[in-house]
Amino acid sequence: MKLPKARRWFASLSMLLILLLTATGCTEKMIILNPKGPIAEQQRDLMLTSLLLTCIVIVPVLILFAIIVWRYRDRKGRTSKYTPNWEHSTKLEVIWWGIPIIIITILAVITVKYTYALEPSKPLASEEKPLTIQVTSLDWKWLFQYPEQGIATINYIQIPEDVPIRFEITADSPMNSFWIPQLGGQMYAMSGMAMTLHLQADEQGDFWGSGANFTGKDFAKMYFDVKSTSKEAFNTWVSEVKASSPALTLDGYKKLVEPAASDVRTFSAFPEGLFEMTVTKYASSHNHGLSWKDIQKIDKQE
Amino acid sequence: MWERVKTFASEFFVTGDPLIYGADVSIVITILGIVIGLTYFNKWGWLWREWLTTVDHKKIGIMYILAAFIMLFRGGVDALLMRAQLAAPEMNLLPPDHYNQIFTTHGVIMILFMAMPFMFGLFNVMVPLQIGARDVAYPFLNALSFWLFFSGAMLFNLSFVIGGSPDAGWLAYPPYSGIMHNPGVGQDFYIWGIQISGIGSLMTGINFIVTILKMRAPGMKLMKMPMFPWSVLSSCIAIIFSFPILTATLALLFLDRYAGAHFFTLDGGGNPMMYINLIWMWGHPEVYIIVLPAFGIFSEIVSTFAKKKLFGYKSMVYAMMIISILSFLVWAHHFFTMGSGADVNAFFALTTMLIAIPTGVKVFNWLFTMFRGKITFETPMLWTMGFIPCFIVGGLTGVLLSVAPADFQFHNSYFLVAHFHQVIIGGVVFGYFAGLYYWWPKLFGFKLNERIGKWAFWFWNIGFYLCFMPQYALGLMGMTRRVVTYGWDKGWWEMNLVSTIGAGLMGIAFLFQVWQIVYSVKHLRKDETGDPWNGRTLEWSIPSPAPVYNFATLPHVTSQDEWWEEKQRRLQGHPAPAPVKIEPIHMPKNSGIPIVMSMFWFFTGFGFIFDWLWLAIPGLVGVAACMLVHSFNYDTDYYIPVEEIKRTESAIRGVTS
Amino acid sequence: MAQLHDSGLTGHQVSHTEHHDHPDMEEMRTFGFWIYLMTDVIIFGTLFAVYIVLQGNTNGGPGPKDLFQMGGIIASTFILLTSSYTSGLAVLAMHKGNKKALLGWLGATVLLGATFIIMEINEFTHLVHEGATISTSAFLSAFFTLVGTHGLHVLLGLVWMIALMMQIAKRGITPVTKRKVNVISLFWHFLDVVWIFVFTIVYLMGVS
Repeated sequence: MKLPKARRWFASLSMLLILLLTATGCTEKMIILNPKGPIAEQQRDLMLTSLLLTCIVIVPVLILFAIIVWRYRDRKGRTSKYTPNWEHSTKLEVIWWGIPIIIITILAVITVKYTYALEPSKPLASEEKPLTIQVTSLDWKWLFQYPEQGIATINYIQIPEDVPIRFEITADSPMNSFWIPQLGGQMYAMSGMAMTLHLQADEQGDFWGSGANFTGKDFAKMYFDVKSTSKEAFNTWVSEVKASSPALTLDGYKKLVEPAASDVRTFSAFPEGLFEMTVTKYASSHNHGLSWKDIQKIDKQE
Repeated sequence: MWERVKTFASEFFVTGDPLIYGADVSIVITILGIVIGLTYFNKWGWLWREWLTTVDHKKIGIMYILAAFIMLFRGGVDALLMRAQLAAPEMNLLPPDHYNQIFTTHGVIMILFMAMPFMFGLFNVMVPLQIGARDVAYPFLNALSFWLFFSGAMLFNLSFVIGGSPDAGWLAYPPYSGIMHNPGVGQDFYIWGIQISGIGSLMTGINFIVTILKMRAPGMKLMKMPMFPWSVLSSCIAIIFSFPILTATLALLFLDRYAGAHFFTLDGGGNPMMYINLIWMWGHPEVYIIVLPAFGIFSEIVSTFAKKKLFGYKSMVYAMMIISILSFLVWAHHFFTMGSGADVNAFFALTTMLIAIPTGVKVFNWLFTMFRGKITFETPMLWTMGFIPCFIVGGLTGVLLSVAPADFQFHNSYFLVAHFHQVIIGGVVFGYFAGLYYWWPKLFGFKLNERIGKWAFWFWNIGFYLCFMPQYALGLMGMTRRVVTYGWDKGWWEMNLVSTIGAGLMGIAFLFQVWQIVYSVKHLRKDETGDPWNGRTLEWSIPSPAPVYNFATLPHVTSQDEWWEEKQRRLQGHPAPAPVKIEPIHMPKNSGIPIVMSMFWFFTGFGFIFDWLWLAIPGLVGVAACMLVHSFNYDTDYYIPVEEIKRTESAIRGVTS
Repeated sequence: MAQLHDSGLTGHQVSHTEHHDHPDMEEMRTFGFWIYLMTDVIIFGTLFAVYIVLQGNTNGGPGPKDLFQMGGIIASTFILLTSSYTSGLAVLAMHKGNKKALLGWLGATVLLGATFIIMEINEFTHLVHEGATISTSAFLSAFFTLVGTHGLHVLLGLVWMIALMMQIAKRGITPVTKRKVNVISLFWHFLDVVWIFVFTIVYLMGVS
């Protein structure tokens, strides 16, 4: 009856929507659907797979809803059946307990598989030796240390393409979350702990990252640039920083910790063991390392 | 001396923001207006006798709903301010400090001081009527619950003009909410406001469990109970298991801030992650607590307006109970990104997905209740029609979020913001509106204007989709929640602008609703039938508004849709059951203790917030005194004589019966 | 239909006898109290969980072994257990309708409970004098909060019990006072059970 017409409407409307989205460049702006690294790519695929699976139920239900409401509305000259006392059908109910169970089971299997595959602390399979970057969330800026290169930066990361990056993440501030959308999912930055997150960029380009968990006044200024370059360009950049930037001292770090936003900065060196010290000064809650009081004692002795 | 007063006042009152001065002025004017009005019309005694000291569940319910509407306004203004700030990049309408306070109060108010009282209001007005009872199990406790909620809400809202609002988000994660990073009093307002009203919520939970289990009309077996009381029961079970966790957690946070304890601090061996776990052990069940009753309301409405029995009654009951239990096993899905390891994440992803199954079953059952029905679209049904597709899509994005590895990309982004608004507005708010429109004639004896109601409905719906669909896209563009502003370079402004327009439409929709009420009161057309929608359950068998004792004689129930069946029997020519002899009705007496005791709680909270022990300690003593006075009072009830019942009945039912 | 009608009639007759004078009111209040106790179980459960998580975090300060003096703890445990027993005797006396014995046993319970509280306050002041306060470490925060919450419950129970004794003295044993005695003895046994958990988890496992 009305069905073909409704279907045509639905089809043309959805076409229009897709056209609108592509025309305004929306899909391109949806950077999460436009990944530049293996982790983000798998996460995108997972999103689309789960969307597709859920749509198997959702779309028919939406259509069914429209049909039922249309067909069984009360109007003059209606010919559709009216069964006021029909309230139970074991067959039907088994079907709709069954279908979601099947879909959810499939989705569950996929989810569990990927939960283990994409566990952030798991190193990426690669022939390249991973590069370590130590990330500290401060109020309200990111400090990045390159322990192997001996340099440090504020609100800026440069990485070589196709090399796995091992981020070690902590905080010297309220809990934050370290997120580079085009490279992969986020990880909380928490005091007293060093979380690991493995990411990688598959191509050269300019990306950005942000703090994703609210930390106070200038939280919205915690964006940082991520530049992926060739290995040579990366090495050049490292030596440039080494040659031309000032060193980060312990006093300099104490100034950095003071609450304020910051521009991009680079440092040719940083105090040895700064990251470990940042982690352990809060670590007494986990029964290892130094307690807060010990740190204070050390501070006083200095 | 004068200097000291000035310094004190500048710290005590929030200053320096024209918005807040505006609020100050409007608060003072409103209070003056109310006081002058009450004095002029000589209504203080009436107010005290009829409302402030009442233990009548219907009046308490109306007060809850009224308070919820005021809070909806406050929370809505917060929302509009936020959307205005985000409408374009690099806006300076709100400075970050103020913005942070506003998103915090928006969240707290909407969940705890809007949704919760709205829900309790609907519990109160309808549960006793639907199960054929004359009141709730503990009417005194019920009044106390309301006044505790009210003083908690007032305390929380006071922070806007006195001392400063909390700014750590609606769940106040430490260490940011700890004294180290958040030394002001705002966070203490948060703790005490929620704590005081939370105790009220807990008592309401106990009250309605006992009411539903023990006070049903003779013959109403549990499996013959209407669906709304079932949903209330499942929601209350979640309340009594989750709210104690909130009480304990907030108490610990308070000890951290007030007594220098080290539960969630960074130093001294505290563990902030424990707070995040604890607060979500309450927080997740909390969202199911507010949505389950909405499911109940939709079930009632679908069956009434499709003029058909509810399909799959047993499935519906099991589904709600399963949801209520599962809601306690999913809390860690709010922080998959904490790095708890794959085992933990896999477990919580699975339990979260499981919830989709009973929820899906409920949707199917609503659809098949309408299947082969005779559907009409009065406003309550319209809201239900708005709910079903909205909730289906919100549920879909919920399942997407539950896929743990993908959630690493969705977490804390606008995708998440869009998801929870879609299920909470689409599910909870639409549900409560539907319930309010549906039961309004029973509460007040007249219907709300349908035409304006339809305008409100369409504005809400179109506004909703315009506001939140772009936010899914924004999430995929990497926009994180709680940012005060963003740059032009991100390309987020178009979607944000659309979203703000949508929010504005919802604001207009709210004005339509207010106008609808005013208009309907002005052009009042009394509903004489007591059953304007051709209802199915017991509440429609008595006159509207219901007399104080609800049922002159207790009904005897033989089927699920008792009133519908009764009407069918009468249509088939069976005589109405012979009138039963009226007997004196046992009713609880009004009491001033709940409101006085809640005022003492208010002083206690206020005293602890400002560390004024001279106020806090007398407050606590007052609370204890109120309890003792109540304990020693044995004169708590009375009988309504038969004569008076007969007089009331013939007055409201007219000559016909 | 006729059958329906019949059942309707019998139903009405049943309702007459059942709902004549709300005889089930007091029973309903006791039922509600059970549910309240369940919520209290969850509060204590939360505090126990917090204590277990934090008990090792002594922050370089004193731990359970340095602080707990088991002699006093064992004594106060016995006192509280005895008070639970006397509150049981009070209920027995009430069922026999013996008002004097009821008041006597309730009085004994109050005295024992008060002794328990005094011993607890003593213990706390002793700890504070040794420099072990609520802000010393996460372990001590959790300890004081858990044990203190139990103590606060006992204290409230005492005030309540005294108020109840005054009501019984004035009104005698009525359905209402009967229910109140039942409820408070329920509360008292509950606090006893919580204390056994405190004793085991905090003290025994702390010093072992």
